[in-house]
Amino acid sequence: MHSITELLQQLVYGLSLGSIYALIALGYTMVYGIVKLINFAHGDVMMVGAYMGWIAITVFHFPFFPAILFAMIVAAIAGIIIERTAYKPLRNATRIAALITAIGVSLFLEYGGMLVVGAQMRTYPNVFPETMYNIGGIIFKFGDIVMLVTALVLMLLLHFTVQYTKIGKAMRASSFDMEAALLMGVNVNTTISATFAIGSALAAAAGVLYGIYFNSIDPLMGITPGLKAFVAAVLGGIGIIPGAMVGGLVLGITESLVSGFGASTWRDAVAFLILILVLIIKPSGLFGKNLREKV
Amino acid sequence: MKRVSILNRKNALTLFLVIVMYAVIQGLIVTDILPPLYTSTLIQVCVYVILAASLNLINGITGQFSIGHAGFMAIGAYLAGIVSVKFHGPLFLSLLVGGIVAAVAGFIVGLPTLRLRGDYLAIATLGLGQIVMIIFQNIDYFGGAAGMQVGRHINWSWAFWVTIISLVVIHNFVNSTHGRACISVRENEIAAEAMGVNTTKYKVLAFTLGAFFAGVAGGIYSNYMYFIQPTTFNFLTSFNILVMVVLGGLGSMTGSILGALIMTVLNVALSGIPSLRMVITALLLIIMMLFRPSGLMGTKEFNLNFLEKKGERNVA
Amino acid sequence: MLKIGNLSKSFGGLKAVSNLNIDIKDGELIGLIGPNGAGKTTVFNLITGVYEPTEGEILFRERKIDGLKPYQVTHRGIARTFQNIRLFADLNVIDNVKIAYHQHAKYSSLGAILRLPSYFKGEAEMEKKALELLKVFRLEGKAREVAKNLPYGEQRRLEIARALAAEPKLLLLDEPAAGMNPQETHELMELIRWIRDTFKLTILLIEHDMSLVMGVCERIYVLDYGTIIAQGGPDEIKSNPKVIEAYLGEEAI
Repeated sequence: MHSITELLQQLVYGLSLGSIYALIALGYTMVYGIVKLINFAHGDVMMVGAYMGWIAITVFHFPFFPAILFAMIVAAIAGIIIERTAYKPLRNATRIAALITAIGVSLFLEYGGMLVVGAQMRTYPNVFPETMYNIGGIIFKFGDIVMLVTALVLMLLLHFTVQYTKIGKAMRASSFDMEAALLMGVNVNTTISATFAIGSALAAAAGVLYGIYFNSIDPLMGITPGLKAFVAAVLGGIGIIPGAMVGGLVLGITESLVSGFGASTWRDAVAFLILILVLIIKPSGLFGKNLREKV
Repeated sequence: MKRVSILNRKNALTLFLVIVMYAVIQGLIVTDILPPLYTSTLIQVCVYVILAASLNLINGITGQFSIGHAGFMAIGAYLAGIVSVKFHGPLFLSLLVGGIVAAVAGFIVGLPTLRLRGDYLAIATLGLGQIVMIIFQNIDYFGGAAGMQVGRHINWSWAFWVTIISLVVIHNFVNSTHGRACISVRENEIAAEAMGVNTTKYKVLAFTLGAFFAGVAGGIYSNYMYFIQPTTFNFLTSFNILVMVVLGGLGSMTGSILGALIMTVLNVALSGIPSLRMVITALLLIIMMLFRPSGLMGTKEFNLNFLEKKGERNVA
Repeated sequence: MLKIGNLSKSFGGLKAVSNLNIDIKDGELIGLIGPNGAGKTTVFNLITGVYEPTEGEILFRERKIDGLKPYQVTHRGIARTFQNIRLFADLNVIDNVKIAYHQHAKYSSLGAILRLPSYFKGEAEMEKKALELLKVFRLEGKAREVAKNLPYGEQRRLEIARALAAEPKLLLLDEPAAGMNPQETHELMELIRWIRDTFKLTILLIEHDMSLVMGVCERIYVLDYGTIIAQGGPDEIKSNPKVIEAYLGEEAI
């Protein structure tokens, strides 16, 4: 990898991967913004979404878009159930108790999933034609373009939902000050459920795209992208929606470049190194403000 | 008149019970009454008791939420393995080197990261644990991703007494003014600092001491298990240790021991069906948090105080 | 004892404290008063190292203490209480006090781990000192009770006892009478005077309860919008038109 073309090629790969990270990171960031919880199970919701997409395509013979929609709906419901049963009772508990519960939910989904679908890998059906476009020596696969466009459309949809709809306003109000929002008549419970639903749906979409991108899925597939999407969310400033998008893309491109330079076994370490550096140097992320406890 | 001395009825009785426990198990092993599987389980209990107690020092006593403990265990396991295999060093040295290198890593890592609070620290330590694993995967000297042959250099007696010494050291540290300084960090960092406690120093000290014992536990593990692999020390192992501490009750040393005992036995019993084992672990964790977030023991300790006359009850 | 010169602190664009000068002599009992939001607690936070000053300097016993960390300031001999009580809520009463004695502990971590004689001697001494201090504050009967279970007034007293355990030369009290009834406030007044004389301390206190401030302080600084608008004895302050204006607004004059 010594030429500009190859560098650009890696950037293109990174963009696809990054848009997947960004989709997952959005869920982390929305949930953190509103209930201050690192939803460890989020990566596993993505896994659930990937399996739902797989079932829709191989069992129901859905085409791509209905399949991704199906996965998103099921994951949204799963997200609401998780929130209502495991997290809601702990809303006033310590953050550490909530974090431990989230770890529990994550393990439950991973290994519960393993009991249900088996531990073996499954090949993801190839839903896109193998068409490739060569622009100036850089190869664009048809599938990659669809993925990128899907991710961008979903992010735009989210942006409009959060900025201009009633539920979006309720979300922003609750994340700013939950008590005040409650006093102003915002139904905080519904808002939180909606946040989990939207976040989970985005994760499911990411899951389907991830399955297509890597061709295979398994019950533990959510762990690594889940952690990395969290890195992306922290990088952009956790709780900040545009931050998650930028963070995801930056991380995807960085990873692609690290792999491109022939250091692919170190790829995961780079992501975590970024995480730790961001946390130490600017824990509020690229787009965040520092806050300090009042004495 | 309050007697404050190391020679009191409680300590004597504790020592007596420990010796009886050791003698009974050693007797069963020597006479071959205890099947090898049980011996192996007992040594794993030792490993996890040290791990849980040392994580409790960081998470429960000092209130710094670390979830990358397996990383320090890995460092201890690998370095102890190197001493045993490549240098044919004595077991004592092997465990000590494992512990010391882990402690140095803990110190280096703790200094910058312990400024972070709560869930930020948690996620940073998780990342560090992963980085340690990836480093071992990438270094051929340690066998890379394929792992490292260590052989068996430790028996029950060693494992048992190293565990007891580790517990005594941690207990003595916690029950002193230095332990109270750590607890004050957990209780209210701002007040602790205002009362003259160098909070950074005690956070790093607890983290370093915790990493040291995680390293020792790793050393016992690698010296017993014949073979180690980087993925043995992934974050599932970290979570597993965390579950033990939480189950026993954050802040309770006897709780950590109890948690380690329960979880290790459960893990061995269900080892044939690993995914079911993990589902049970997960449910245990969730149910615990929902219905008894303070764990089995809370921050309390099981002790023999009730055997003593009133007024005699105190330190040591 | 304490000399604050041209001290300023800005948060972003907001000047919380500006050009502050305070000079306190050994053994004085000084009040710092002012309307809500005048910057009183900020001054405490600047003295104790919680905040770093934007400008100016703080000398304590002729040595610069600005820029030090809070625990280092405490080691130099300044201890404080908090406006919103900050006890170690889940620990028992005596441990709260012992933690403040920590900096004077006479044994090392190694001594504790090996249970050397220094450990037993050091612990016995701390226990004795802590109990003596609790006796002064009439809390010795509750030494083993969990701090958060104490009634409010006793929690305030425990916080002062804990600050004294750090063995300060200068004690900063942030609204010690907040939430107390007149009877309790009166007792507190006696206590503050008694502490000063017995422990040979200098005391600087923030308080809203004027009966306490006027009754106990020898000299008073009045802070408004981050600057000192008046200083002097209680009677001077009571009749100072600037002070009345700051508290009651212009029309009241």
